[in-house]
Amino acid sequence: MQPEHTDKRYEEELKKLREDILYMGGLVEDQIQKAVKSLVERDSPLAETVIQRDHEVNRMDVEIDDLCIRLLALHQPAGKDLRFITTGLKITTDLERMGDMAVNICERALELNLEPQLKPYIDIPRMAQISQRMIRESLDAFVREDTELALKVCKDDQEVDDLNSQVFRETVSFMIEDPHTINRAMKIGFISKYLERIADHATNIAEMVIFMVKGKSIRHIKEIPQSI
Amino acid sequence: MELPEGLGTLKIKMENKEPSPQASTALINPIIQIQDLNVYYGAVQALKAISLDIPERQATALIGPSGCGKTTLLRCLNRMNDLIDTVSITGSVKIHGREIYSPSTDVIDLRRRVGMIFQKWNPFPKSIYENVVYGLRISGIRNRQRLDEAVEKSLKRAALWDEVKDNLHKSAMDLSGGQQQRLCIARALAVEPEVLLMDEPCSALDPISTAKIEELIHELKETFTIVIVTHNMQQAARVSDFTAFFYLGELIEFGATSKIFTAPEKRQTEDYITGRFG
Repeated sequence: MQPEHTDKRYEEELKKLREDILYMGGLVEDQIQKAVKSLVERDSPLAETVIQRDHEVNRMDVEIDDLCIRLLALHQPAGKDLRFITTGLKITTDLERMGDMAVNICERALELNLEPQLKPYIDIPRMAQISQRMIRESLDAFVREDTELALKVCKDDQEVDDLNSQVFRETVSFMIEDPHTINRAMKIGFISKYLERIADHATNIAEMVIFMVKGKSIRHIKEIPQSI
Repeated sequence: MELPEGLGTLKIKMENKEPSPQASTALINPIIQIQDLNVYYGAVQALKAISLDIPERQATALIGPSGCGKTTLLRCLNRMNDLIDTVSITGSVKIHGREIYSPSTDVIDLRRRVGMIFQKWNPFPKSIYENVVYGLRISGIRNRQRLDEAVEKSLKRAALWDEVKDNLHKSAMDLSGGQQQRLCIARALAVEPEVLLMDEPCSALDPISTAKIEELIHELKETFTIVIVTHNMQQAARVSDFTAFFYLGELIEFGATSKIFTAPEKRQTEDYITGRFG
């Protein structure tokens, strides 16, 4: 356990930042889970609820940004605190984008729910499950400063990418066989892409956690290192 | 082994895989080489086996909590500690490869080559002109033209010329605090030193005067090597290229300032720069 700051108010504000990010992460995870549920269970009112709740994600984004900027201006953080606060700034941007993706999934679900179901959803719930786990683990890694867990999140991204390719191939084959399915197949393809993007954002968070803990960046490198 | 960031063209001798503070400070062509330096005030050991190389024409900041030995180290670099009776020093300090603690060292000449600026400015109760030429006069220079040139050059280097050029014969005591501090810098520069030691040069100045001195440090380090002791960590971050962190008489970490203030290697450094020291 690291010693506390001499400045207790600063310590409290850093604690609040950590809690706010976790709260926002939980909110986004829930939004994604409900978005996919609204699609799989053809539950349009649930999709509407998710869309309406997006403003709460946006509000958290603005609040966390304000807190980070205030901490930077008033305390001139250095070292680990500086890395923590700048990571916080970036994490909220990723979480906010994930929230938007959940809204996009709901918008497509509302459209798809108006037509007969094209096919049973198998890969999409699987993608959603992995993406949600990646968000949860990236934020766990953030709180526990666990670089090994963060690295696992980076590696798990490949699984979601593969499932996305699988869904793409499948929807293309539907469209080739019967042009009447194009509208629905494309929307399913979009949803798959949204989930793939969500997993990318979770990977960004995990990479930022590694920077925060170790002070070194593993972003934009071809191969994910085996260990940190 | 990767080189620490920010070292530019300076090459580092890496002996071990894990850089110890000593290993990472071994720069090629440093102007000051401190080797195994121990300083005692009576029975109290103020510095413990310090080994540190200070790069030429760069600003190096010494930081750490009160009593960590940073001012003691600074004062060792021009043998100011000799003036204290109870002090005893072991180890070696070389400037341009010459041992400053050898019996043959001319201490007066050493202090000319290694000038010092103090926390509280201390101009002589003389005119601005006489303050600047003081060092030259006591070293026997009488030539009026040469003295005039030195005054102009030094005051320009200290960024004070424009403010005082019409009042060179007025008393230095009439200047503001910030101007007096810059006058002291001009006085130190007039004797063409190689190294400028600064002991909390801005701690008694207002923010504007502080900004002027900091700006000056950036210009001066193109010509001189600067070693600055400061309690103000933001100041160390702003003005220095390298930072050495001391704690209880030991050198904990030395490295590029950008590295020390974003991702230091040692836990104690991290705790200090983030304000976690009780």
